[in-house]
Amino acid sequence: MIDDAMRDEWYPVGLFSRLDRDGRETTLMGEPIKVALDTDGAAKVTGENGRVLPVSVRYGHIWSSLGEPRKAVFPIPEADQPGRRFVDVGVVRVRCSPLRAVENFLDIAHFPFVHTDILGSEPHTEVENYKVEIREDEDEVWATQVKFYQPQAAKSASGGITTEYMYRVPAPTCSVLYKTCPPRPGEWDVIALFVQPLAEDLCDVWPWMALFDDETPLTDLIHFQQTIFLQDRSILENQIPRLLPLDPGMEIPTRADLTSVAYRRWLKRHNYTYGAQLVAQ
Amino acid sequence: MRLYDYVLSPSCYKVRLMAALSGVKLEIRPVDFHPGAEHRGPELMALNPGGSIPILEDGDLILTESSAMLGYLAAKAAPAWLGSGAPEETARIQQWLSFSHRLTASLGGARLHEMLLRPGDIGALQANGMAALRELEAGLFEQKMRGDRFLASDRPTIADIACFPYVALAPDGGVSLDPYPTIRLWSRALRSLDNFIEMPGIHRLHELKPEPRPCPDEA
Repeated sequence: MIDDAMRDEWYPVGLFSRLDRDGRETTLMGEPIKVALDTDGAAKVTGENGRVLPVSVRYGHIWSSLGEPRKAVFPIPEADQPGRRFVDVGVVRVRCSPLRAVENFLDIAHFPFVHTDILGSEPHTEVENYKVEIREDEDEVWATQVKFYQPQAAKSASGGITTEYMYRVPAPTCSVLYKTCPPRPGEWDVIALFVQPLAEDLCDVWPWMALFDDETPLTDLIHFQQTIFLQDRSILENQIPRLLPLDPGMEIPTRADLTSVAYRRWLKRHNYTYGAQLVAQ
Repeated sequence: MRLYDYVLSPSCYKVRLMAALSGVKLEIRPVDFHPGAEHRGPELMALNPGGSIPILEDGDLILTESSAMLGYLAAKAAPAWLGSGAPEETARIQQWLSFSHRLTASLGGARLHEMLLRPGDIGALQANGMAALRELEAGLFEQKMRGDRFLASDRPTIADIACFPYVALAPDGGVSLDPYPTIRLWSRALRSLDNFIEMPGIHRLHELKPEPRPCPDEA
């Protein structure tokens, strides 16, 4: 039994659109689970010894938990906004801590070096000042006023633009990113990273998007996002230590890492430590 | 010329890379391989009953084997990539083209298992991948002793392009390239070719890029 507050949180365990009666066998925090449709067409998740686990279907995915979630799956109000296209990007497995997958998603400084000529390019490497806070009412980490020059910010962007970003961490292994929407100024494109922790150093990542883009074919949107994420994957698998260090003695952050610092502080405050390294080794 | 393409497929990347290196413009038709499994759908199965991608279509010609696509692109636009025609060189090219299927089956299988959760015996896939890498390392080292930097001669041929992607992406499937210095040099030589293009997991050689210069508005 995992002695960690993360046990009572929701996690993505499959794409609802691809679920059938045979279902899929997977793992959640070390426990083998089975996700399948029942005879009424509803999603059902069972753990070891046939234990029935909590289920919720949100944002194209099936969510479950080994414990007892005290709240519903976190809200993404844009998911109910008319005119958006919802994109199930599909699962990618990464041999890294689930917390590291989220932390990497929150980082912008790597764009010119890892997502060269797409999300960033040299010499436009500066991360300007931005604001980070832990919002007490929602109990979420927020980074706002993040700006970055991008050669091809989205599939719908033609040419380089300075993109504005907002980041949210509403759950320990999930992050929602809001970014400038090239075809519709004034609105935000939503790109989410839902991470399923398989083990402390292994995760399945389920990216999902809610975009204003009526023109780009769905497959192109999926390929764009998979390209970005697969560029990250090889970096994530080589990070040392494998677990995300929460001890401030382990690493020296810079100003560009403010979001990561707040994320780690928030994890520590809640005892969200599955996938974390508590004491520097 | 139309390529039915998946951006994360090393076999599709072989064709994109060969086209870039030989200056051929492809019409890319993206295929929702994952998660959509579109390559198993009726439209693509009609084109390729084998149910695999890439598929290359040029008029009446439909190719479903990536090595044949490399040969076709080279013959059309860059014949030097087919080698000099010397018997030994021709044999080496054919030898490594055939060998490249072992890389696809082993390292490619391990990568699909580790990344996209495809079924397979991961231990066997990785072990077969390592055996193939050792053979490639030995082959490249012997070439080096002969004074040749590439698999069949001192200039790259379609055989190098056929072998390169699954080798470069071996770490995606949990197989390290650290033990193979000659493979790493060869990979570097290929990545520094003019008009080389990347794919996710195969990064460009940072040190070969032009020196960054300050933006005009910062001067």
